[in-house]
Amino acid sequence: MSTITLDPKIPEGPLADKWANFLASTKLVNPANRRRYEIIVVGSGLAGGAAAAVLGEQGYNVKCFCYQDSPRRAHSIAAQGGINAAKNYQNDGDSVYRLFYDTIKGGDFRSREANVYRLAQVSGAIIDQCVAQGVPFAREYGGLLANRSFGGAQVSRTFYARGQTGQQLLLGVYSELSAQISAGTVKMFPRTEMLDLVVVDGHAKGIVVRNLVTGEISAHAADAVILATGGYGNVFYLSTNASGCNVTATYRAYRRGALFANPCYTQIHPTCIPVSGDYQSKLTLMSESLRNDGRVWVPKRKEDCGKNPADIPEDARDYYLERKYPSFGNLAPRDISSRSAKEVCDEGRGVGPGGLGVYLDFADAIKRLGEQTIRERYGNLFEMYENITGENAYKVPMRIFPAVHYTMGGLWVDYTLMSNVPGLFVLGEANFSDHGANRLGASALMQGLADGYFVLPNTISSYLAPIRGTRPDVNRPEFKAAVDEVRARVSRLLAGKGKRSVASFHREIGHVLWADCGMARSKEGLERAIKKLGEIREEYWENVRVLGGNESLNQSLERAGRVADYIDFGQLMCLDALSRNESCGAHFRVDHQTEEGEALRDDENYSYVAAWKFTGDGNTPEVIKEPLHYENVHLATRSYK
Amino acid sequence: MHFHLKIWRQENSKSAGTFRDYEAKDIPEEASFLEMLDIVNEDLVEKGEDPVAFDHDCREGICGMCSLTINGIPHGQGRGTTCQLYMRKFSDGETIYIEPFRVGAFPLVRDLVVDRSAFDRVMGSGGYTGVRCGGAQDANDTPIAKPIADYAMDAAACIGCGACAAACPNSSAMLFVSAKIGQLGLLPQGEPGAGRRVRHMVAQMDEEGFGNCSNYYECEAACPAGISVAFIARMNRHFALASVRNAVEATA
Repeated sequence: MSTITLDPKIPEGPLADKWANFLASTKLVNPANRRRYEIIVVGSGLAGGAAAAVLGEQGYNVKCFCYQDSPRRAHSIAAQGGINAAKNYQNDGDSVYRLFYDTIKGGDFRSREANVYRLAQVSGAIIDQCVAQGVPFAREYGGLLANRSFGGAQVSRTFYARGQTGQQLLLGVYSELSAQISAGTVKMFPRTEMLDLVVVDGHAKGIVVRNLVTGEISAHAADAVILATGGYGNVFYLSTNASGCNVTATYRAYRRGALFANPCYTQIHPTCIPVSGDYQSKLTLMSESLRNDGRVWVPKRKEDCGKNPADIPEDARDYYLERKYPSFGNLAPRDISSRSAKEVCDEGRGVGPGGLGVYLDFADAIKRLGEQTIRERYGNLFEMYENITGENAYKVPMRIFPAVHYTMGGLWVDYTLMSNVPGLFVLGEANFSDHGANRLGASALMQGLADGYFVLPNTISSYLAPIRGTRPDVNRPEFKAAVDEVRARVSRLLAGKGKRSVASFHREIGHVLWADCGMARSKEGLERAIKKLGEIREEYWENVRVLGGNESLNQSLERAGRVADYIDFGQLMCLDALSRNESCGAHFRVDHQTEEGEALRDDENYSYVAAWKFTGDGNTPEVIKEPLHYENVHLATRSYK
Repeated sequence: MHFHLKIWRQENSKSAGTFRDYEAKDIPEEASFLEMLDIVNEDLVEKGEDPVAFDHDCREGICGMCSLTINGIPHGQGRGTTCQLYMRKFSDGETIYIEPFRVGAFPLVRDLVVDRSAFDRVMGSGGYTGVRCGGAQDANDTPIAKPIADYAMDAAACIGCGACAAACPNSSAMLFVSAKIGQLGLLPQGEPGAGRRVRHMVAQMDEEGFGNCSNYYECEAACPAGISVAFIARMNRHFALASVRNAVEATA
């Protein structure tokens, strides 16, 4: 039996009053005392960059670390579509409750009510803050902010800046952070990667980092450590994530005692440009908005797949989304659209290289609206598609395929965003808290900024206030031991006399996970993947080849450490998927579906957060359950028929 | 496809660098420029040679990390970042020169990787409105005319890659700096502190060793985000006005 019981520390009172009750009763740190604290922030995206900037403004001493050459390059920058907020500027029935409910339902009833409600409550203030920073959101001719609608909602609540919303929000964060860096409250460490967490007397008190340019490995002590290191989508090798995104920071924290929650919840986005070959390093997302006018189809018969699409007559085409989901049609939610594409490709009816693609056809829309209108709506996307594939989508149908995009799982946190390790806080995509088993579009940016601007800066004092003056010295043995372990690991990677490149291993684990822990999972497949990953691990440490040394910029070495963690983490992900004997949101178990092939949730047995505890190398991790209590919403079955 | 590559190799900022010859064989035409380099690097690892270091991250044209000068042009031919350049744009058998961004204010780190932290310091000198988190008014309290907001967005699209400075014969960073000045200066939120901002950012730009603008417009041609040189003219005007006002106020 477990020695840990999880207390989510949800404040008393009705749902709508919980945040106010928390703020009214939490402990605070006097402004004059804040400068006595050191806080480490790892990651400089929307969540980490915002938290670092605000803590700096409040008067704390902050050290912020990122692996990129500048905080402005964090992967938040790549988000296209927009950011949700319950402003109800459109006067169309939106409210805090509505945004809360849509998010809970979109997450297939696997997230924590109190956290999601708070997210909706602070969403409006995010937009206020961004506008004040000079974020040039889209506006109407009257000068007020424009909104658009997004999946899973019946209101228009999404704020956007062309197709570059993430970029503009991140540059806003970066501006505010830059001001703090130049004021001296935040010290920035770019091109520096966290390789371990240091725990002293049960509390997170520092990190070990490697300077990616000089190779120097050093320890940093602090009163609290904040991880905002993003998601782990790159465990699949091909994803829409940036090439540097990795699981190392959160996985290392997990090995030091932090619980990893719901790792099997990984979102797969339906409209990406398909894979064209083994050399490929990245999948490119195209905005879901294309599905407003494009029709998704594959040939009815396998034999037609190699044909020129123009030669396939109407009655030989299967518009499968329109057939299966007549009321939502081509706009069925992400998880359902992705899974349907996989099904038809599994049946051998996929198109393009390797049969891994479906058509997204604009011919009807062009006939109905004219090419000019389609160009106005989607011109930049058609251009991007042509740049990458060399095909003109005004003349031939686009080919699309689902790709790994976002990970809902992450380190377990309580209501204050603190993990089960006191002093370790986790923000943004790196934590598990708000999106349940499936995230709605335009909610990732909202959560990152909510955590960084408004939640963490108001909750961290509850931990900091009572511990003043207890920050350990960086010369303590715990730090030295952690540094030695990191050094030994780096040396081991460099000492190998193997034959295979790091990339080849990464590609291999990606194939395993995509096949058996991707859009559709089965007991047999997951067991097979766990076994296979074990074999890959054995080979990895024998046969990986990392050239060069530690004392200079060595990109193979950086990647070698990350891939080693992916292998181990991949097993944890499969184990979680294996233990969740139900289908919910993005987690689809083929052995748990309705007769029509829809996800079959099991609320009676699986309405909980699965938080995994590391129990030593080679041992099976232990699962600790946080039951989810729904006091304000009724658990319903999602239907898009 | 097959290419002869001449790639700049340099151990670090203190050592001397040189072009070395590499063959890129069996490159699919669907590969991006960076994927072509990935393939070359895998071959090098197999042969036991050090792979070529180059910066990259999002590989979708928005993070601004990739930074190669290809056949003398920052980000290579055509609009867009290095990562959005595809091999089908080259001819089979072509010789391709690959260098880092060459700017005095961007010291070389290794091979094709340079240090662009000068841009961060320019931003830190004034590239913000200066509001603290928490005190903002409602987002719709100040209407902004759509053409103004759109024009500010044109400037805000800058990805901070540094191609402008690399393309400029003077290594000037004026396009980068003027884009931020332009974005914040156009919006009412940027009005308080506008004079200080332009004076400080220009001073920091000079301090970092970037050159001045003498209207070559190479920056605009190289910019993957399509930033217009009109923002440089706008910044010059505001810089002159702010400097005069500051000098006059100093005597008051």
